Amino acid sequence: MIGSNAQLLQLAIVIPLGAALVIALGLPKRFGTKLAGAAFTLPALIALWLWAQYPAEGGTGYHYLSSVDLGLGSFGINLKLGLNGIALPMFLLAAIVGLAAGLFALRSQAERLKTYLLLLLIMHGGLLGVFASVDIFFFYFFHELALIPTFIMVGIWGGRDRNYAAMKMTIYLTVGAMLSLIGLIAIYVKSGANSFDLIELKRAIAAQGLGAATQNNIFGVLMFGFGILVSLWPLHTWAPLGYGAAPSSTAMLHAGVLKKFGLYGLIQIALPLLPEGAAHWAWKLALLAAFGNVLVIGFVTMAQRDLKQMLGYSSVMHMGYCFLGIAALSTLGTGGVVLLMVAHGLSVALLFMLATSIHHRTHTFDLSEMGGLAQKTPVLAAFFVAATMASIGLPGFANFWGELTVFVALWNVSPWITAVAVAGVVVSAIYGLRAAARVFFGQPTEALQRVTAAHPPADLDWVERLPALILLAALLFFGFYPKALSQPVDQALTPASTLFRSINHHR
Amino acid sequence: MSTELLKLVAGSNQWWALTPEITVACAALALLVLEIFLPKEQHRFIPHFAVVTLVMVLGSVAVTFEHAWLGEQLFGGLIKLSQLGQIARVFFLLSSLLVCFLATICLPRTRMPRVEFYHIVLVVTAALMLLAQSNHFVMFFVALETVTIGFYILVSYFRDNALTLEAGLKYLVLGALSSAIMLFGIVLIYGAVGRVEIDGVVHTGFEYGVVADFLRHNPHNFLATAGALLVLCGVAFKIGAFPFQIWIPDVYQGAPTPVTAFLAVSSKAAGFAVLLTLVLNVFAPLSAVLVPVLSVLAAATIIAGNLAALSQRNAKRLMGLSGVSHAGYLLMGVIAALSVPAAANAVWFYLFTYLLASMAVFGVMAHLAGADDTHQELDHYEKIARERPLLGAVLAVGLGSLAGIPPLAGFMGKLLIFVAAFQAHLYGLLAVAIGGVVLSIYYYFGWIKAAWFETWSLNPAGSEVSVRPVTVPSWIGRTVLTALALATVLLGFYQEPLTSWLMK
Repeated sequence: MIGSNAQLLQLAIVIPLGAALVIALGLPKRFGTKLAGAAFTLPALIALWLWAQYPAEGGTGYHYLSSVDLGLGSFGINLKLGLNGIALPMFLLAAIVGLAAGLFALRSQAERLKTYLLLLLIMHGGLLGVFASVDIFFFYFFHELALIPTFIMVGIWGGRDRNYAAMKMTIYLTVGAMLSLIGLIAIYVKSGANSFDLIELKRAIAAQGLGAATQNNIFGVLMFGFGILVSLWPLHTWAPLGYGAAPSSTAMLHAGVLKKFGLYGLIQIALPLLPEGAAHWAWKLALLAAFGNVLVIGFVTMAQRDLKQMLGYSSVMHMGYCFLGIAALSTLGTGGVVLLMVAHGLSVALLFMLATSIHHRTHTFDLSEMGGLAQKTPVLAAFFVAATMASIGLPGFANFWGELTVFVALWNVSPWITAVAVAGVVVSAIYGLRAAARVFFGQPTEALQRVTAAHPPADLDWVERLPALILLAALLFFGFYPKALSQPVDQALTPASTLFRSINHHR
Repeated sequence: MSTELLKLVAGSNQWWALTPEITVACAALALLVLEIFLPKEQHRFIPHFAVVTLVMVLGSVAVTFEHAWLGEQLFGGLIKLSQLGQIARVFFLLSSLLVCFLATICLPRTRMPRVEFYHIVLVVTAALMLLAQSNHFVMFFVALETVTIGFYILVSYFRDNALTLEAGLKYLVLGALSSAIMLFGIVLIYGAVGRVEIDGVVHTGFEYGVVADFLRHNPHNFLATAGALLVLCGVAFKIGAFPFQIWIPDVYQGAPTPVTAFLAVSSKAAGFAVLLTLVLNVFAPLSAVLVPVLSVLAAATIIAGNLAALSQRNAKRLMGLSGVSHAGYLLMGVIAALSVPAAANAVWFYLFTYLLASMAVFGVMAHLAGADDTHQELDHYEKIARERPLLGAVLAVGLGSLAGIPPLAGFMGKLLIFVAAFQAHLYGLLAVAIGGVVLSIYYYFGWIKAAWFETWSLNPAGSEVSVRPVTVPSWIGRTVLTALALATVLLGFYQEPLTSWLMK
């Protein structure tokens, strides 16, 4: 049974990539869209199955392990796949958001739809691969595989400023990726394990240990490398611009899932392998995240007039909470970050999707030119308000549990920083609710009335409702039953608790 | 000389071992003979003869890849058969084959004679293969000059174009200068080593083994060190390392596109084949001097190449200058190879990925080049992706691989070199290289952007200017380009075919 589940995990990654290949080889359009639909759906079913099959006493190790040598075995690089308690929720997130983004893209009126779906499938395959990789080389490799289509999709199908946005994203994210790669190579070389396999690396480093100076250097490189990818202030400027220009499905997958790569790398690789380095940098990271990401970007978000830019900034701000949870250096904080990553991924994907639905009806992203849309499209309004509530972190949605655990963990480190972080929630409530109010309530502006007179806005049809429902259902499910996520995470983090205790003892 | 010694020398003259080189050279002569005897209307088959010969020789080398005489010295030590020599043979044959393919696209556009072109390409190929296997400075120099003289002619092949003639002259003057510098270095080494008698046989300071022995015992000999550095200067000219990269943009722009590709791939790889042999086998005892000198050279090459390429709008100059930066990364691999043996394989892996990606890009360039081969601007690539999706896709894959974007083969090449450099503790150089890679993303991506992302121009009149006739790829062209792109993608995912073969 275990063996076949391991093959299912491999299959989940191969299906989107294989479908992309078949489409690239010149499948006719009507088969292409059907195949793409299947290739978005099957990994989600597999992910759900693997999640259901995941043992309740999963422990710390990996499940569904498989290893394939692709010719670099002599360098210690094997395609080793598997899921542990931290990877499982992220894998599930990637599959769900991928399904929603794919369904939304299938019905979009994108020009050259086949190429668009092809790139989206490559991105989806890469995302699933990132979280299923045990080998840190492939962890990086799959990330890049998902990243390249992002640039292309922004450049070709993007909105305003797409050329500039694509270029800026490419350069920023390449710098970040390169720094992370150097950090990963450094771990590989310094550990002496002669392997990129994370399990081997952990064993080798536990046996001989890395010096404090080495750990500090490598963690610094990884923190800034991953930090750029996650939009750590002040290296975040690519994010709002890129998301503002990106087509909706791309923004959903990138902001929802791909961006979490850096945080996931910090939790899964940097914290367990470089604990002293983490302790060295934790305060600096906390200050940057609290005052930069949460406070400064929080106020910047309030000042946005463009709906999509506002969502881009708000996602930068929420990444601040994730960094804070990591900087707390505790099992509680780290576990909270995993919950928050899943919750934020679902809610931000939903918001980006709905923003595009709004744009279809108002023909603008400018908040000051909208208003009163709720009378014409009540279902859309309900979804948007719910997504906003989730994003703010209201109880009942998954985000609440993530933010709560992060704040509790943070209190042990510094009540002052916790106060800043909690103040951020108020800020995000202000801009979130104000945006919802501007779009859906009040009187429609003259400009909007002209548009709606020419094209009377229809409410969400089933094509748009289905992906929205999937995302919202997941948010509510994890909101009311967070144990589904927290149990595997908690078990995976058990050995880390002694690690964190020893670090905090030294501080 | 005793009879026994004569027998020994005669015994080492194993002509059969040079069958690939001899076949290629004979085919080169046969081309000229065919041109005389064949009726004029059948001259168009002559290039096919060259291609078929190359394919057959390539096949026979691949079949006999691991023969039993690897490591043996032939012709009294002029040639040494080796694993690396076999890899180099495959590389140069493959590269020449693709150059011939490019020539079949570009040459028919001009009124220049065709047969001579293939003739010279074949002669140069034979010389390149000898060069990579030379074990003696005389053999080395003769082979190198044969290559260089062939290139003098090839670079100015389109002699009705002023820029091409200028390029030819520049290459001639600077090439002669570098040859002179290298010869001076060889003479200095010869002077320092002198003649030694081992077991009754007189050896001279031309033989690699003797020079290596001498340096091992006298690592501080000034004359020999100076000689070694001068020889490396000559090699640096071939690979286009700083400060010998000055000729590259002009010559690359002026040379016909197939020749530019030949220079960019084969000439550069020949430089690295020689450099690896010289640095690892001959000059290794001088590593105290070599490592700092080569490190500075590599860093300067990466910076100079990338900075100069940033503002280029001419496709051929851009390929040239970005090629300079590739030479820098490869130099880093060579330096790493002094302490990490696996790095030499990484250099060859990189060269093969570079061959595939460059030839893919040059293949697209050959189809796009208009009547004036020197005038290939990035603006001409507008609308390519829409009108010729295949060319656009091949271009994107090739450029992406050159930029080192995963999951393409170029990324794997860079990764292996970077890992080796890290293991060799070349941290400073690595930082420069990372900066270089980021810079290179800018210009490579700019090129992809020009081909793929639609830009709307303010004046619709401007769009008329950019309408250029694109050569429609024939079925051979489509097959070759698709194969190159596919190989580049596949090697990014699955390296087994190349690594199992490189790292035996």
